[in-house]
Amino acid sequence: MTVSLISLLLVIPLITMALVLLLGKWANIRDGASLAGGLAMAAVGALLYAEFGHSPPNRIVLGSPIPGLELAFGLDALGMLFVLVASTLWPITTLYAIGYMRGHNEPRHTSFFAWFAFSITCTMAIALSANLLTLFVFYELLTLSTYPLVTHGRNDAAKQGGRIYLKVLLGSSVIFLLPAVIWTYTLAGTLEFVEGGILTDQASPAVLGVLLALFVFGVGKAAIMPIHKWLPAAMVAPTPVSALLHAVAVVKAGVFTILKVAVFIFGLDTLTETPAATWLCYLAAATILVASVIALREDNLKRRLAYSTISQLNYITLGALLASSTAITGSAMHIAMHAFAKITLFFCAGAILVIAHKSKVSELDGLGQSMPITMGAFFIASLGIIGVPPTGGTWSKWLLLTGTFEAHQWVLMATLMLSSLLSIAYLLVIPVRAFLLTDGPGPDIYQPEPLSPMIISIVLTAAGTILLFVFPDFIYNLTSNIET
Amino acid sequence: MTINNLAILHVILPLLAAPILLLVNRERVAFWITMAVSVAVLIFVSLLLIEVRANGPIYYFLGGWNPPLGIEYRIDLLSAFMLLIVATVATVTLPYAAVNQTTELESDAYVKFYVVWLISFGALLGLASSGDIFNIFVFLEISALSSYILIAMGRDKRALLASFQYLVVGTIGATFFLIGIGLLYAQTGTLNLLDLSNRVEELKDSPTAITAFCFLAAGILLKLAAFPLHGWIPNAYAYAPSSVSALFAGTATKIALYLLIRIIHTVFGIEFALGILPFDELIILLGLCGVFAGSIKAIFEDNLKRMFAYSSVAQVGYLMIGVGLLSASGLTATLVHVFNHALMKSAVFLALGAVIYRTGLVSIKDIAGLGTRMPLTMATIVIAGFSLIGLPATSGFISKWYLVTSVLEQDRWILAALILAGSLLAAIYVFRIIEAAWFNPPRHEVREAPLPLLVPLCLLAFANIYFGFDTRFSVGVSTAISQLVFLEPL
Repeated sequence: MTVSLISLLLVIPLITMALVLLLGKWANIRDGASLAGGLAMAAVGALLYAEFGHSPPNRIVLGSPIPGLELAFGLDALGMLFVLVASTLWPITTLYAIGYMRGHNEPRHTSFFAWFAFSITCTMAIALSANLLTLFVFYELLTLSTYPLVTHGRNDAAKQGGRIYLKVLLGSSVIFLLPAVIWTYTLAGTLEFVEGGILTDQASPAVLGVLLALFVFGVGKAAIMPIHKWLPAAMVAPTPVSALLHAVAVVKAGVFTILKVAVFIFGLDTLTETPAATWLCYLAAATILVASVIALREDNLKRRLAYSTISQLNYITLGALLASSTAITGSAMHIAMHAFAKITLFFCAGAILVIAHKSKVSELDGLGQSMPITMGAFFIASLGIIGVPPTGGTWSKWLLLTGTFEAHQWVLMATLMLSSLLSIAYLLVIPVRAFLLTDGPGPDIYQPEPLSPMIISIVLTAAGTILLFVFPDFIYNLTSNIET
Repeated sequence: MTINNLAILHVILPLLAAPILLLVNRERVAFWITMAVSVAVLIFVSLLLIEVRANGPIYYFLGGWNPPLGIEYRIDLLSAFMLLIVATVATVTLPYAAVNQTTELESDAYVKFYVVWLISFGALLGLASSGDIFNIFVFLEISALSSYILIAMGRDKRALLASFQYLVVGTIGATFFLIGIGLLYAQTGTLNLLDLSNRVEELKDSPTAITAFCFLAAGILLKLAAFPLHGWIPNAYAYAPSSVSALFAGTATKIALYLLIRIIHTVFGIEFALGILPFDELIILLGLCGVFAGSIKAIFEDNLKRMFAYSSVAQVGYLMIGVGLLSASGLTATLVHVFNHALMKSAVFLALGAVIYRTGLVSIKDIAGLGTRMPLTMATIVIAGFSLIGLPATSGFISKWYLVTSVLEQDRWILAALILAGSLLAAIYVFRIIEAAWFNPPRHEVREAPLPLLVPLCLLAFANIYFGFDTRFSVGVSTAISQLVFLEPL
């Protein structure tokens, strides 16, 4: 049963892609197919979760390109979490994208939805990877398959953004990640994800430190500074791409890789004995702060959100490198919590662009009167990023703070708290000013927000953010036993 | 007995068919005969590979004269592997030659083209089959002469100059090779490869043998278009008809590499090559220079055929690095890459041929907007390009994995980093093409290439992906060969 569900997760987006390409001439049917694919995916994700833990873990082997190394898929708790997040948010984003692409008169819908579906295949393959080789292969494919989406505008700005996107992501993975993978293989003789790691006692802590640094810098999608420039550059993409891919799928694939490497390649015990892990923790902490400060000064709304994402991603990296059970749980939960909050923020940014034609933060004062739903959702999602009730972000930030406390890392703990304060300054002020200030352009200028697919999606994800506060236990149960 | 005859049948068949074409002198008939010969050779060669893999080398003594006096044809696994690559590339590119003739050849050259094509094909096959070094030289010259003609057949006036340039360089290379043979013959009195290898062992400190080795190596490096002896290759590939570029890109440099492996491993042995000169380090250094010089030239080149010719210089660099490591895993990496690179480059040049067929031109400006006009053709270039970069899910990734692994085996960190950096240079020129083809409005109102061109294209594109997942054949045979070479010197 599980095997067929796993393969469905990989196949459904591919079928969707084929349908989108075939039905390209009939816009409504094509978009219907996209939506149906997304819903099927969410259903399969839910079924898989229901099955999870009941049937023994299974393995699908796609091939063995290098003797002794397989392209293989399986399912563990962390993968299950990522599958749940991505498969739930895909149909919602599809709904949103249908409204956005039509409302914003974007060209080439067929190729957009086709590449979108293909990116989801790669994301699912990453989530289900049974070893580091498989993970690496689909990690790279995800970069390539999102490139046409980032450059969807096909103008000079898109070209420039696309260049930075590829330069940073391909460059980091070829120069750092690929050698790290091959080196791990030569040290351990395997690349399987194994409980407790495969590098225990294979090399001195100093050597392992270098290897860990190669991994952390090589996984550019996790956006630790200075490997972060691609994320703001990717904001030239249409907003649904920024929402699902650059707030959820792609960036979460990055931190997911970091978590996988920390838990199943190094192993928490080995990681604790690697001094470099602490230094990299400090680098992540520095990234959290610097990115928050940049976000404060960024007037373009999407770019501000991008820097906020950089900051939040490094919470997860930091938690992974702390290598304590609590911190890892917090990190993994933050994947889900941040996903719902940040996708809501991007949805709002897109709706503001399409309905009010605004893209700068400084232009949003007083907008709350004509777009109350959007700005309300923006408010809730901002709370989610800050990590206060009634949003899911509360729990993950709580666990991460506890993790730093347990490790007696007071500086890191202070950093996390300071960063939460900063995020109030760069995020929460936006909806507050939108609602409270009325001296900006009045509501009479804008059309009121219609009950469109975009608004429905915004409400859904904002509701998700709150629901995760009320019912965090199913995510907690998944993430609290990642290591076994 | 029948099996042993197979060892020479694939060489004789094209050489015999060539004059028949001249007699027939009908274009369609000439094409179908050539096609039939190619397919037949492909079948023979596949049978050979299966047979050799199962039961070891096959011998054929020409005219019944026993070696070392007579000429011996000896097909071992390495030869069979090379033969298969040559035959496959030639068969796949042939339909192109037929369709492209009207656009790329003068009307009176149609039949002659097939005649010379067959001779060239036969010579390349003979090179990989013969166990006699003078016989190898003869085939080297036949293949060189026929390639001068094929290149000169290009419609562009500059094709003549390119051909002449290649002729001068090629002749120098051949002369070096011949001098090397002469010196060896003077010392040992034999021309048979196996016999030579036995006798060279006694000549370890002989300056003549060392000189002979240097001459042979220099001649081969010229043919291989190894840096800095690659000057002839950009023009030769750029102005030759596209099918010829595809054939040469997939086969000619590979055969030169085969000769290099033969000379190092079969004739002289690793100790000799290592003992007298730091030849291994030299090859690695030249290979690395080739990787960077070729890639950087490719980045700044606007003519796409020249761009990929420079890219070939870079790829030959990778092949040389693998050979220079002088380890079994290094040789495996090289052989895997020989196979994969043949797939990539023939795909690229055939796709460029399709572009020329439709637009008549092939500079980076002319492919503007073709991403939407000729989607399958451009997709093939992109897939093959990704394979050149060595991105995962393509065959190039497998090559790169093996090369980097074998480099790391010897703890050469800097070399590994440089190899990977070199592959990023390839990413720059591949994405230049992507940007040109998809980000600009079309310059030419054209349709997708016709079906006879598309079928081989799609096959090659698929092969580039397929051999990135299923490597039982490419890696399997390569590993078997390098184990044979390193465990029991031939």
